[in-house]
Amino acid sequence: MAEMDTSGGGGHKKGPGVKKGKKLSTRVDLTPMVDLGFLLITFFIFTTTMSQPTAMKLTVPKDADKPEDQNKAKESGVITILLGKDNNVFYYEGQLTPNASNFKSTSFKEIRTVLIDKKRNTPEQDLVVILKPSSQCTYKNVIDILDEMAINVLKRYALVDILAVEESLIKLSEGSTAPTK
Amino acid sequence: MGRAKLPRKSTNIDMTAMCDVAFLLLSFFILTTKFKPAEAIAVTTPNSVAAKVAPQKDYIMVILDKDGKVFLEMDDKGKKETIANSLNATRSLNLNVQAFKNALFIGAPLGSMSSFLAIPEENRKGDKLPGIPVLDSANNELVIWLRAVKDAYLGLKEPAFLLKGDNMAKYPSFKAVIDAFKKNEIFKFQMITNPEAAPLGTDLWRMNQTGEKREE
Repeated sequence: MAEMDTSGGGGHKKGPGVKKGKKLSTRVDLTPMVDLGFLLITFFIFTTTMSQPTAMKLTVPKDADKPEDQNKAKESGVITILLGKDNNVFYYEGQLTPNASNFKSTSFKEIRTVLIDKKRNTPEQDLVVILKPSSQCTYKNVIDILDEMAINVLKRYALVDILAVEESLIKLSEGSTAPTK
Repeated sequence: MGRAKLPRKSTNIDMTAMCDVAFLLLSFFILTTKFKPAEAIAVTTPNSVAAKVAPQKDYIMVILDKDGKVFLEMDDKGKKETIANSLNATRSLNLNVQAFKNALFIGAPLGSMSSFLAIPEENRKGDKLPGIPVLDSANNELVIWLRAVKDAYLGLKEPAFLLKGDNMAKYPSFKAVIDAFKKNEIFKFQMITNPEAAPLGTDLWRMNQTGEKREE
């Protein structure tokens, strides 16, 4: 079964000179059909389970009303990341100097090395990353930077409102440099 | 001595049975595959390395579309009824409770909720609806909605609060949503993303390689 029986009835003879029509079996080889079946099964199994969306957890702190309730961070361990429009990223370490000399421009590709450097050079308990998305940046930018925290296993980070000074600095730098993307 | 001659067996196997099984399984998988329902609100979610699968039931989902419009979706119809009744009582909105219960999502200012519910379900498309107004921080209506949701779940196990945002949504709307969560004392929520592998050589990748458990 399951293959073409081509042997026919070669065993018996009717007589000399009598030609016999070959008897073909009606059985079909099912192997390719089974192959195809299993191929499709594999396809469906994979497509059903692989496209599950994942959830990224975010825990936000309760707003502290009084300044003394807020968490203190050591200046040396703080890095502030600002998100501008068109996927621009800016950062500064510690406090922003009045003349904005430590305000640096970067991109999503390079921010990882910046964060890794900062992480290697700072004692773990002092390291705090402050994320300040500007009003021009997109939801994707925020998720990407939060994801960057997960990728680099930075446990202390905070989403903080941007200051007007910083917003204007971003505007200034975006005006001077062409957007990277 | 005559020995019983064993019949010579053919090595060919009957494929019919296997074929039957294969196609039975195939039809099973085809039929059980849930194709993504045509979404009323088009949202392209960003990628993240988060590995936890998003909850599929008992959720309250805030949807943020690409124009920054906010919609609210929940799956518990019983709770929806409670919410509609309480909103009718406190704000005398005169909502059609049945229509509210069957509505897949909510996406209109409180004042025009009745006319929103009057639109047939299949015509409610995210891009044509105003969404829940959130940007005015003094009158963030999502706060009212979430309060009603929280009240409905009072004393029960809290549902999962999800936020499904579009890549192109601007930060102010995202912030308004976070603020609405915060005002209702919801400090933990989850953002729906597409899975992505941890980039090679990073700390997270190393942790995954050594099998260390990460904090979620």
